[in-house]
Amino acid sequence: MAVDDNKGYPMRLTVDGQSFDIDADPDMPLLWALRDLIGKTGPKFGCGIAACGACTVHVDGQPVRSCSLPVGQVSGAVTTIEGIGTAGGLHPVQQAWLEEQVAQCGYCQAGQIMSAVALLDEVADPSDADIDNAMGGNLCRCGTYPKIRSAIKKAAALKTAGL
Amino acid sequence: MASVGKIARRTFLIGAAAVAGGVAVGYYYYRKPFPNPLEAELGKGEATFNPYVKIGADNTITIVAPRAEMGQGISTTLAAMVAEELDVGLDRVMVEHGPASHAYYNAAILEEGGPFAFFDESMTAQAVRSGLGVVGKFLALQGTGGSASTRDGFDKMRQAGAAARQMLVAAAAQKLGVAAADLETADGSILHKASGKSLTYGAVAAAAAAMARPAEVRLKDRADWKLLGKPQKRIDMLAKLTGAPIFGIDVRLPEMVYGTVKMSPRFWSKPVKADLSKAEKMPGVIKIVPLETNYGHGFGIIANNTWAAFKAAEAIDAQWSDPEYPLSSAAISDVLKQALATKGSVMRDNGDVETAFADAPRESIIEADYAVPYLAHATMEPMNATAQFRDGALDIWCGNQAPTLVRQLCANAVGIEQDKINVHTTFMGGGFGRRVEMDYALCAALMAKETGGRPIKVTWTREEDMRHDAYRPAAIGKFQARLGDDGMPIAVDMKMASPSVIAGTLRRLFPSVSPLGPDKTIVDGAYDQPYTIPNYRVRGIAAPVSIPVGSWRSVGSSVNGFFHEGFMDEIAVAGKIDPVEMRKRLMAAYPSAVKVVEKVAAMAKWGEALPAGKAKGMAFTLSFGSWVGEIVQVADTPAGIRIEKVWIAADVGTALDPGIIEAQLISAAIYGLSAAMGQEITFADGMVEQSNFHDFDAMRIFQCPVFEVAILENFHKMGGVGEIGTPPAAPALANAIFALTGKRIRTLPLSKTVAFA
Repeated sequence: MAVDDNKGYPMRLTVDGQSFDIDADPDMPLLWALRDLIGKTGPKFGCGIAACGACTVHVDGQPVRSCSLPVGQVSGAVTTIEGIGTAGGLHPVQQAWLEEQVAQCGYCQAGQIMSAVALLDEVADPSDADIDNAMGGNLCRCGTYPKIRSAIKKAAALKTAGL
Repeated sequence: MASVGKIARRTFLIGAAAVAGGVAVGYYYYRKPFPNPLEAELGKGEATFNPYVKIGADNTITIVAPRAEMGQGISTTLAAMVAEELDVGLDRVMVEHGPASHAYYNAAILEEGGPFAFFDESMTAQAVRSGLGVVGKFLALQGTGGSASTRDGFDKMRQAGAAARQMLVAAAAQKLGVAAADLETADGSILHKASGKSLTYGAVAAAAAAMARPAEVRLKDRADWKLLGKPQKRIDMLAKLTGAPIFGIDVRLPEMVYGTVKMSPRFWSKPVKADLSKAEKMPGVIKIVPLETNYGHGFGIIANNTWAAFKAAEAIDAQWSDPEYPLSSAAISDVLKQALATKGSVMRDNGDVETAFADAPRESIIEADYAVPYLAHATMEPMNATAQFRDGALDIWCGNQAPTLVRQLCANAVGIEQDKINVHTTFMGGGFGRRVEMDYALCAALMAKETGGRPIKVTWTREEDMRHDAYRPAAIGKFQARLGDDGMPIAVDMKMASPSVIAGTLRRLFPSVSPLGPDKTIVDGAYDQPYTIPNYRVRGIAAPVSIPVGSWRSVGSSVNGFFHEGFMDEIAVAGKIDPVEMRKRLMAAYPSAVKVVEKVAAMAKWGEALPAGKAKGMAFTLSFGSWVGEIVQVADTPAGIRIEKVWIAADVGTALDPGIIEAQLISAAIYGLSAAMGQEITFADGMVEQSNFHDFDAMRIFQCPVFEVAILENFHKMGGVGEIGTPPAAPALANAIFALTGKRIRTLPLSKTVAFA
C-alpha cells in the first residue's frame, strides 16, 4: 500500500521536558500532533472546538485547548498530564484526586486536572467562584463535579503544606 | 397482576426475541457449562480455576471482571466479590476484563424483561423471571446493561472465589500433610497455625487447579465480609489520573494508520452521487472506501493521521437519498400523535378505568399532555475502534458493552468465522448505553480489510458521533386522573407513544429476528410503580419512526419517570394534598417505598418554610430493582433558575460498595438534570440539527448543586445502581420549578420555557 508523506513542515516541539522533531501541517491542532505524531495520548479528543476541555494542556504554564490550537502557532514548552506527575510521584492535584476518588469513566480527568493545576498555580487558595470560573470549560458527563470541587480544595491544602 | 393465560396471549417483545434466539440451541446446550476461556491464554506458571480466577506460581493473582467499565466502578465491585471469598485484598490482585466469551453471559440483564413490576412476586412473575434467566444463558450474551452486573455476578463470582480458595486449601493440606480444616487463609497465603507453616497461593496453584471443583461451595456470612459492603479504592483510579493509555482511542500499534468515517447524515440513506476526488487528493490521505453496515451507508477515510482523515471527510461531496422517515421534528411529532390516538397495548389495568371516568363529574378530572425529545448519549470519548486484519483473522480493540456481539457482528461483516476474531475490550470514556451499539466496531473492521494488513484506528469526529447515535426516543403521553372527594386519586389513565427501542435495536443487531408484540420499554417507569390506585391503566404504543433509537441511561424510565411523577405532582396539587404525604398514602402497600420517601423528605426538611425565591420538588421512581426518591431545591436568581441542592434516598437492597453507589446516584442525577435542563436532538431535512457541545451541552461545574445521599437496604432483593438516579431527577426539578414559579412544564427540555443560571 502506498503511503503518502504528510507534506508537512519540519518543526520542533518541547513536550514534557523532551524535544520532538516532527513533520506536520502547521494547521494540524496541537492535540493531534501530540496524540498521533508524538504518541502522547494523555490529552484527550472530545469535541474539536474547544467546548469540552478534555484536551487541555499547558503551553508555558498557561492552560490551552490543544484541539483548537494549530501546532504551527505553538512556540512555548508544552506540558501534558503525562508531564506533571507519575504513578510513583503524583502531583499534589493528582494526589488529591486519588484521595477523593474523583474519576468515574476518567476520560475528561486529564483535562480537569490540567485546568486545576493551572488554577492553583495562579490562586493558592481558590474560592468556589474561582473554581467555577477556572473549571467551567471542562465538561464531565459522569457528573464528578462535586468531587472535583472538594479535590481542588484538598489539593490547595496539600500544596500549602508543601506536600 | 397477570395470569398465565394473559401472558401467553400477549407475547411481549424482549421474551419473543430472546426465545427466537434460544430455540435453536436447545435445552442440552443450556445445561452444559461453557468452557473456561482462560485455559487458552495462560502464561508460564499460571493456573486457572474457573473463568474468573488465574493464579501464577509467583503468587500473582488475576481476577477477571468481564463487564464494561464505563465509569460505573463495576470492575472494582466485581473484583471485590471474588477477592472477598478468595481472602485477598484488592491491592494484591490484578483485574482484567478478559476475552469475549459466552462463559461470561449476563443472566440478570433479561430477568426483569417480563411484563411484571419488580415488586410482583406472584408465582407467575417468579416463574417467568427465572425462565428469562435461562433465556439469558441461551443467548449467552456477554453484555453490560440494565444495571444488572452486580446482580448477575453476586452469586457466581463469589462462588468462583470461594471454590478457588477451597481448592487451594485442599492442595495445601495435601502438601503439608495436615487436615484442610486446620488451615486458614489470609491475603493470598495459607497458614497452618499449629505448626506455623505457611504456603502462598502461588505455591500450590498448579496442584489446586488440577483438583476437582468442590461439590459444595460455602460462602461467607455477610458479617464476615471484609471488602463487600465497604467503600473500596477503585482499581482504575490511578491510571485515570496519570493519563495512562487505557481507552480505545489510546490504542497504538506498530505500523498503524488512522481513519474516520463520514456516514450518511440521513439514517439508512445511500449516496446517490459522491465526488471523492478532492478528498482523495488531500495530503496524508491514503484511501477512501465505501462502507455498508446494518447501521447505514457512507465512507471510510484512511490516512496517515487522524487530522488528515477529518479534513478529508469534510471535503467529501456527497448527496444522499431521501429518508424513509419524516423529515422534520414537527412531522415526527405528528406520527407520535397519530400513534397515541390508537388503542395501544395494556401493560397495567387495575379496576375498571372506563367506568371510573364515564361517570366522573367534570371538576373531579384532571388531564395533561407530556412530551420529551430525542436525546444523544454524548459520551466524552467519541466512538472509535482499532482493527487489524491479517492472515484471515481480525483483532479488534474497542470499548464496548457487549464483546460477544462485537465478535458475532464483525465476523458477519468481514466474512470470517467467529473463532478468527479476538475482541480486546478497553476501558470506555462513558457508555450510558451507547456502546451496546456496534457501528464503531463494524466500520473499523471493514476498513481493516483495506489496509494491507496494517492496523487502523478509526476515530469519529464529535459531529459524526452526535449525528449518528441510537438516540433516546422522543415520546409523548396523555394522562388523566379522577380525584375522590378527599383529593386522592381514584382513577388514573396513562397512555404513551414512542418509537420502539427494542425494535430499533433488533434491526441493527439481530436483523433476522422480527419484532413481535408490544415493547415494554415504552411503559417502563409508568406501569410498574408501587402506587395503589383502585383504577389504574397504563397503555403503550410503538410509533413507526425509524430513526435509530436505543438504550439511554435508564431507557424507558428516563421518559416515564418524568411523565408519571410530573403527573403525580399535578394530582397532589389539584387534590390539595402534600406530594410527599400523597405518595406515602398511595405506596402504603410497599414499605420499602414509603421508607425511601420518608427518608428523603427528612433529609431535605420537607415541609419547613423556605425563604422567598426558593422552592422544592420531589419525585420517586422504582427502576432496575431499586427504589429512589429525589428532592430538588431551586432558587430564583437574576441570572435565571439555579439548582441549589439535591437530596437522594435509594433502597438498593444490598449495598456492595457504598462509595461507588453514592457516586453513581449523583452521576445519574446529573445526567438526568443535564437532559432536563437543556438537551434535545431535533431534525430538519431528515438530518440531526445538533452537532457538538455548543448546541448539545450538559451541566457544567458552576451549575452543579450540592448533593446529599442516603443508601438504604430495606428491600429483600438486590437492585441495580448505575441508572436508578436518572428517572426521578427531571420530574423533581420540574416539580420544584412549578413550586417556585407556578409554571407547570410538561415538555422537555425545560430551557424552552425557563432560563437557568
